[in-house]
Parts: sequence; C-alpha cells; structure tokens
Amino acid sequence: MDLILEGILKAFYLIFTLDKEVLGITLLSLKVSGTATLISLFIGISVGTAVALARFPGRQLVVSLINTGMGLPPVVVGLFVTIFLWRNGPLGFLEILYTPTAIILAQAVIATPIVTGITLASIQHLPANLRLQILALGATRVQMVWLLVKEARLPLLAAVMAGFGGIISEVGASIMVGGNIRGYSRVLTTATVMETGRGNFDVAIALSVILMLLAFLVNAILTQIQQRERPR
Amino acid sequence: MTPETMPEVLLKAENLLVRRGGVTVLDIPALDVLSGQVLALIGPNGAGKSTLLLTLAGLLKPARGSLLFRGEKIGNGGFDYRRRIAMVFQEPLLFDATVFDNVAAGLKIRGIGRAEIGRTVPEYLERFGVGHLAKRSARKLSGGEAQRTSLARAFVTKPEIVFLDEPFSSLDPPTRDALIGDLEQILRETHTTAVASTHDQMEALRLADRLAVMNGGKIAQIGPVAEVMNRPADKFVASFVGVETVLPGRVLSVSDGVFVAAVEGGEIQAVGHVRTGEGVLCCIRPEHVTLSTNAPPLGTSARNVFSGIIRTITPLGLFHRVRVDCGFDLVAYVTRQSLEELLLQEGKSVTASFKATAVHVIRRGALPPG
Repeated sequence: MDLILEGILKAFYLIFTLDKEVLGITLLSLKVSGTATLISLFIGISVGTAVALARFPGRQLVVSLINTGMGLPPVVVGLFVTIFLWRNGPLGFLEILYTPTAIILAQAVIATPIVTGITLASIQHLPANLRLQILALGATRVQMVWLLVKEARLPLLAAVMAGFGGIISEVGASIMVGGNIRGYSRVLTTATVMETGRGNFDVAIALSVILMLLAFLVNAILTQIQQRERPR
Repeated sequence: MTPETMPEVLLKAENLLVRRGGVTVLDIPALDVLSGQVLALIGPNGAGKSTLLLTLAGLLKPARGSLLFRGEKIGNGGFDYRRRIAMVFQEPLLFDATVFDNVAAGLKIRGIGRAEIGRTVPEYLERFGVGHLAKRSARKLSGGEAQRTSLARAFVTKPEIVFLDEPFSSLDPPTRDALIGDLEQILRETHTTAVASTHDQMEALRLADRLAVMNGGKIAQIGPVAEVMNRPADKFVASFVGVETVLPGRVLSVSDGVFVAAVEGGEIQAVGHVRTGEGVLCCIRPEHVTLSTNAPPLGTSARNVFSGIIRTITPLGLFHRVRVDCGFDLVAYVTRQSLEELLLQEGKSVTASFKATAVHVIRRGALPPG
C-alpha cells in the first residue's frame, strides 16, 4: 500500500512543480499525437467522404478494408513503419527512424483508418435525399460535398475523439519507431513503460495520471461541443 | 381551350426511360409541362412519381431520352438548369443551422451577397409564415414549420419551375390544409410553374391545373383536372381518380350558406364558406346522383335538378356507371334493377338530381383553365 500512496504523492508533486522532464514528455506527446491526428483528419475525411459518395466496382471491398483498418494493431503498424524507414528500406533515405517524425507517421497510419471509417459512416448516415436536395439548390459538386461534410460535423467530432484517443495512449508503435530516446522521442506511454520496468512507480504513476487527464480533457471538450449542439 | 390561350410549353420531356437494376421504372414517351401551370402527378406508391420528378429536375440521369427547357436541351450535368429550378421533398431536409440560414442556402450557393440575402430572406420567411422562427435552430421545428422553411428555401431563389415530391404527406391534416392554402396562394400570385406529386386526390384537386395519373412507371392519362376526373381513359384511372364528377366553376351568389356556382353548361347549388366571384371545384359522387325518367320531380329536397341525355352506360359489376349530359357531364351509379325498371339506355332523356349538401366544394383562388 505504501508503494501506491507514495507513488501518488510523488506523482502530484512532479505534476504541480512542473517537473521539467515530465513537462517535456507531456508536451512532446501532445505535439506528436496532435499532429498525427490532424494528418489523419485531412486524409481520413477526404477519403471517407469520397468513398461514401462514389459508386465504383470493388467499393464493398474498400469499405471492408477501411473497417478492418480501424482495428489495426499498433505493434503491426510499428513493425511495418520500422521496416519502411529502416536504413535500406523503401523510405530509408528519409533517415527519420527513431525520431518524433517517425512516431507521427506511425500514429497517423493508425488513426487514418479510424477517421476514414467514422467519416464514411457519418456521411452515409445523412438522409439519402440530402445530396439531391443540395444539388437542387443549385450547388456545384464541390459545394455539395462541402455542405454534406458540414452537415456531418457532429458525428465527425467522434472521429477526432476516436483518432486522438487511439493514438495518445498507444505505446507499441511509438516505442518501435521512436526508440524512446530521452529528451528527444520519449512520449508519455513509452516513458511509462520504461519507468515501470525500472521500478520507478512514482514517475510511472505521474505519467499515467497526466495521460488519463489529457485523454479525459480532450474528450470532455469534444463531448461538450457535441452534446450542446445535439438536437433536443 | 383555343390555341391562342394555350400556355407555352416550359419543360418538355421526350422518350424518357429510367432503369433501376435492369428493370424499367419509368417510361414516358412525351410529357409537356405548361408555363405558369401546376401539374399534379397522382398515382399509387411505386408508380414512378418521384422518379419522374427527379428526372425532370435533372437530378436523375435517364438511361435514354432528353429534356428541353424553354426549347433548349438541358446540357451536360444540368448545372445551369439546376440553378433555375427548385425542389421540395417529402422530408424537409433542412441543414443543421438556423431557419434563416436554411432559407438563405440557395442564395449563398449562388454567391449572392449578404446585403441582398438580408433583404430577400425575411420576405420569404414572412410569406411562408416562419418569420418569427428566423433565429431558431432548424432541429427545433415542428413538422409543419420545417416544411414551411423548406418551401421558403425553394421559392427564395425565384425558380422558374418548382418540383414538389409529396411535400405534405408527412404532415397532420390541419397543418397540411393550412400549408396547401399558403402554397396555392404563392403559386398563383407568382405564376410559378410547378410539378407536384401526391397520392392524395383532394390535394391534387386543390393545387393542380392539369393532372397526370401514373401507374407502373407510365402516364396513364394526362389532361386538365376536370377532364381526367370526369372522363377517365381506362379502368385504372377510373379506379384511382374517377370516382367523382368534378366541375370547375365560379361563385355567382351566396345566401344563407348555400351558394350558386356557374359551371360550364349550367348552375349548381352547393353548401360552403365561399365568396362571390371565387373559383371552386364542385365534386359530386356518383352514388349521390339520382336518375328518374319523369319530368323534374316535385317536392324533392334535392336543390339540383337537371334534364339530360344518357351518353354512356358502363357495367361495373354490381351496378352501372351512367354518364348523363346535362350541359355538363354528370356521372351516376345505378343498380341493374333500376336500369331495367326505368328502361335506361344510351340516348334516352332523364332527369338527374342531387342535393346541395352532396356537393364537395374545393375552393380555388383562380378559375382553372380547361
């Protein structure tokens, strides 16, 4: 019991004194996962909308692939991103393995299918005739797509939540492609794994508390927006 | 109708064919939508009303056929055409925005400036009775308010033709009645050409100048309302709409709730709240019409008594459908026994009568042509 109590006390001490190392790790986590989420939103909303509206042979297969992709195991992503970025891998020339950029890449790969899948579902959930109604209002194709995405903005917030929530707490890929280098590519999850392994439970608990707070805060804000605009 | 008064053809469809999953769902060799008129498409579910509307609106590409708007073929994708039309669906399909922003949507899409939107939108909000809801979220509207917003959104762009796909069928009767009245007024005031689908005969009678009865993806009959109602071309049309005699008329005088309406070839007495000079449709069900071979009977409560000549007798199973020419056509149902007792046959003179209370009156702002 002492272990947990001391750990928690130490954790709050580290948080409230804004411990330099803990602060650095937290900011890097936010930066990396935030960037990866933005990238995944850009790709995922475009692809999801396109697949939702287009009719082409093999569409069913594409939809199945996207849905499968929503559950990609992070370690598998980590493995393949590592292989691609390896010195003599296809993207080896970029020389970004074991950098925060590599983590962003891996996390974007994890989050993109999630955002794509949720976008696809949200757009398909709009009334079937809405597309025709917008066209009948005189819209160009581009205006039509824009208005549809705008109309699906609330469910799309779920995509943001799911995407960010999925990668801020992800550890497998981050440790594989980032290398958990102190002060450079160490993020909340990889640091927690390491500190726990070393028996530094106090630091590990501090990091976990921050991680949970972050996840909670982001979701609370998004939920707030979503619920406020919800009809009746 | 004389050729000089014939309105011009605004939209012309030729050889339209729409297939879905290898099945032909629409087959229209020719269809004219006349300028300034309301054409009602009436028919059972699955008759192809919605498909025809979407095709006419340029929103559904037919497998074959062409559309001519003001004599010009509608071009690739129909973008220019879509900016000249408007469509209202059964569901209001409003955006998740305020009522004002919803009504402004079509104008914004056309890149019209804020100042003009600020001028035009309130006018149409008022016209459709949703001015007080301008700032309300479209998600917090009742069914009637939402459909009013949808109609305002369609009319604010001043479309040259409006397509209405069963716009009132999800509303409760009082709401529907009020909304049809408002729409009727706006259509007549602005002389907007419209094509509206409905499966409600009364709705069609109130709004339409011309009626097209659809069945199985085809137009079974098209013509002026009274013509289609009174002279159904085939059994299907007769079973779907031809249950009444419909006489377009104008109110001559009103006294004590009973009014006299001039119809083509005669005058009819009926009961209803109407004003002198107003256009009305007088609908008389065939089972309410009594035939006799005597001179006009004395001491009857029937206020409408006409002498006429039997034009056609059509057996309809248990009874016969008798069309009597009394200056206008009047249809009566007669049992086989009566037919035999009265020795009714085509060409014979008879007296037809019905009570003023048997006339179902539909008020019309203007006298429909035809």
